[in-house]
Amino acid sequence: MRHSTVSVERAVLRLLGINDSYKGKPLANHLVESLPPEKLAQGISVWFGRAMATHRGDPTALALRIAEGKISWDLPKMDMETSRRPIIALARQAVRRLEEIAEKKRQLIQGVHQARPLKYVIVATGNIHDDVVQARAAVLGGADCIAVIRSTAQSLIDHVPHGATTQGFGGTYATQENFRIMRHALDDISKKVGRYIRLVNYSSGLCMPEIAVLGAIEGLDYLLNDSMYGILFRDINMKRTFCDQYFSRLVIARAGIIINTGEDNYLTTAESFRAFPQVLGSHFINEQLAKAAQVREEQMGLGHAFEMDPTIEDSLLYEIAQAEMVREIFPNAPLKYMPPTRHMTGDLFFGHVLDSLFNLVGVMTQQEIQLLGMPTEAIHNPLLQDRAMSLKSANYIFHAARSLSDEISWSPNGKVIRRARSVLEDTHKLLQKVNQVGLMKAISLGYFANMTRDVEGGRGLDGVIRKDQGYWNPLQELLERPLEVHLPTHGDRSAHRAPHHPPHRSQHRSAPRGPQRDASPSQERVEAPQGERRRRRRSRRPRNFRREGNPAVAGPGQEVTAREPAKPPTPDSPEGTS
Amino acid sequence: MKKPDLKAIRPYGDHLDDGIMQFSFTLPIPPSDEAREAAKLYLEKLGFTHVQIVSMELVGEEFAFFVAYAQSEATLNFTKISVPKPEFPIIPHDQLLKRVQEKIGRRLVVIGGTTGSDAHTVGIDAILSIKGIKGDKGLEYYPCFQVINLRAQVSNERLVERALELKADALLVSQVVTQQDQHLKNLRELTQLLKKTHGLPPHLLLIAGGPRMDHRTALSVGFHGGFGPGTLPSQVANFIVHELIRRMHGHGKKETSSGRVEEHVPHKAPPKRLSLFGWLSGGGKGS
Repeated sequence: MRHSTVSVERAVLRLLGINDSYKGKPLANHLVESLPPEKLAQGISVWFGRAMATHRGDPTALALRIAEGKISWDLPKMDMETSRRPIIALARQAVRRLEEIAEKKRQLIQGVHQARPLKYVIVATGNIHDDVVQARAAVLGGADCIAVIRSTAQSLIDHVPHGATTQGFGGTYATQENFRIMRHALDDISKKVGRYIRLVNYSSGLCMPEIAVLGAIEGLDYLLNDSMYGILFRDINMKRTFCDQYFSRLVIARAGIIINTGEDNYLTTAESFRAFPQVLGSHFINEQLAKAAQVREEQMGLGHAFEMDPTIEDSLLYEIAQAEMVREIFPNAPLKYMPPTRHMTGDLFFGHVLDSLFNLVGVMTQQEIQLLGMPTEAIHNPLLQDRAMSLKSANYIFHAARSLSDEISWSPNGKVIRRARSVLEDTHKLLQKVNQVGLMKAISLGYFANMTRDVEGGRGLDGVIRKDQGYWNPLQELLERPLEVHLPTHGDRSAHRAPHHPPHRSQHRSAPRGPQRDASPSQERVEAPQGERRRRRRSRRPRNFRREGNPAVAGPGQEVTAREPAKPPTPDSPEGTS
Repeated sequence: MKKPDLKAIRPYGDHLDDGIMQFSFTLPIPPSDEAREAAKLYLEKLGFTHVQIVSMELVGEEFAFFVAYAQSEATLNFTKISVPKPEFPIIPHDQLLKRVQEKIGRRLVVIGGTTGSDAHTVGIDAILSIKGIKGDKGLEYYPCFQVINLRAQVSNERLVERALELKADALLVSQVVTQQDQHLKNLRELTQLLKKTHGLPPHLLLIAGGPRMDHRTALSVGFHGGFGPGTLPSQVANFIVHELIRRMHGHGKKETSSGRVEEHVPHKAPPKRLSLFGWLSGGGKGS
């Protein structure tokens, strides 16, 4: 790995416990900005370690004195061990804390049956206290996940705001205090409704790794985190994003958080009927990059969407094909299914119909997380009543069609299967093209979302740090060590069935298992009945999506895994691939 | 069938002039007989009669959501309504090119982009890119335009900088994020900035687009034209050409309204089925 970034270094400080703010700017920013570039190239840990060894005392107090200018970075030379010792202690503590967070989360969801798809809604008042009111109402209406939309363009601010906020544009600032306020409110309401309510925010933009840290500390469950979204849709520099996503995912992996990837966004700029291979191709890339950062399949909330032009004949069938194929290709991933936005026009009555079909496809294809569409999409952020209407529709449809997926098998050469096959073939072609040119070049050529981005362009390039030989990042080293004890996350995958279904249903149905895509140890850990049910689902359908003997569709997943043809920009090589 | 009296129109529910309207709204009180009465009284307070609260439901713990129908006695004189809109003829592609050749004699520089924090480019792309929308080719298809698409998240400063550098004839600014009228603020800032900037051509044409945009709004923030959902690239192309000719030659509106040789098709609001700028909502799914 040849580069670090200012945001990775700030995230390191935050993991070490430096989360306060001074004069409206986080201490982490003060420290990283005040450290001369040649020193920063060795990593903030080296120099903060020296400062700690020299001045002793509480790290936050020390950081404050540095920010105030009372202590300079001109520190005496000392042997490596002396300077590293205080940091290593803090780093170990931080990693232990992340592991405890994951364990706590696991206990919280254990034994709580929540029917799938989980109902995910958005609140976005701009005022965290109003958000709480709306979130509580949504949970009482049946919501399982609450996402607090961020203030417009927070992703382009190069620091994380501090404290509770009551004003924002089109959303509420992501701050540690806001996370805490909402988490507290959701824990309270979780007890009341007897479900575990997930809290969602965005580990994306210029502060991706820091939000991952703050989100982990404050017990967030899902973080929007995509390896390419920032590049494509926020014009953030590629090197910056690839470095940031790697470190943020190391943190996320350890804290047992589920990532939500952003491929659905591709379908907002390009027509779903043609662009879906980009979505699937990007899933494979996101998957591999996530694996490279220790994220397990059960943590990969790959995103896709119901965005097809409703005037296309049989568009519903094609939507089903796409949703079903993603489900089958990534059987262990807690997929996130996004609602129509592109064809929502302000006619909220038609919009409600479109959302209802989307809900039907979601339950029929057993998506894990359903981001509920709002009838007033394209008009304004959802009003209280819009969310209530939307939840009512989902409650009805998910309940009414609970076992629909068990009853369906697709006609072997019908439109659904043919559509899935053609998408898979096109995806394979796309990935081969990406393989030929490398991922960075592929992005610069506009292979994804029809956006062209320059390797040396975009925001945040000035925050990319070329590492010196003496670079040291103890947290990255600790987090890169594979987890010894695998902590299952909240992938309580059995819950696609309502709790009252007798468990024996899965026993006498032990259909032969389909070929395992990737027998990683993490799969083996899944508790037996749940795993069994999962496999049953995978093998239940005619597996016609993959044509026999056709190498083009022999399994793009294996392709990518085996030879890494997409040259996933291992964080070592942001340059190498360019 | 009875014809509506255009001097006194009313909502049409089931028959002419019954004045029936549909409502849905929330009150910050839990459902009760009193809450239902409150909803009814509220509509009556607004001047409605025959109020029927057809549904009352609990939302959360402390809100009641109502669906209601009511009638209105109020009427409106439709013949007195006037809405400012850009007036220009729509002429065929080749005639438009000829027009530019004859009247201007060079290519027109058109710079477009989505300004501010806005990451959405659907609208601006549909208007500018050669592909266009609904079979209507984008401005890149017109040899009379030199199109520069700055895409998303362009700062106002950068837009002005590029306009100076390339001697822009027209600026197309798209705004999708509209919370708290953020889009109007951005556009106003841009017009202020342009006023302060020296060296721009005096005829520089400012056009705004977006889901919450219309001509009147655009005029109110100092722009020359505004286009909302459903706009086709050919409309924008015609507006640019006719308006620039007018501004460059100071012919006033005569030229465009006389129709001259070409067929005069007044600019009508297109059907609202597929919105052009409005495909994406602001603040939507990813931040």
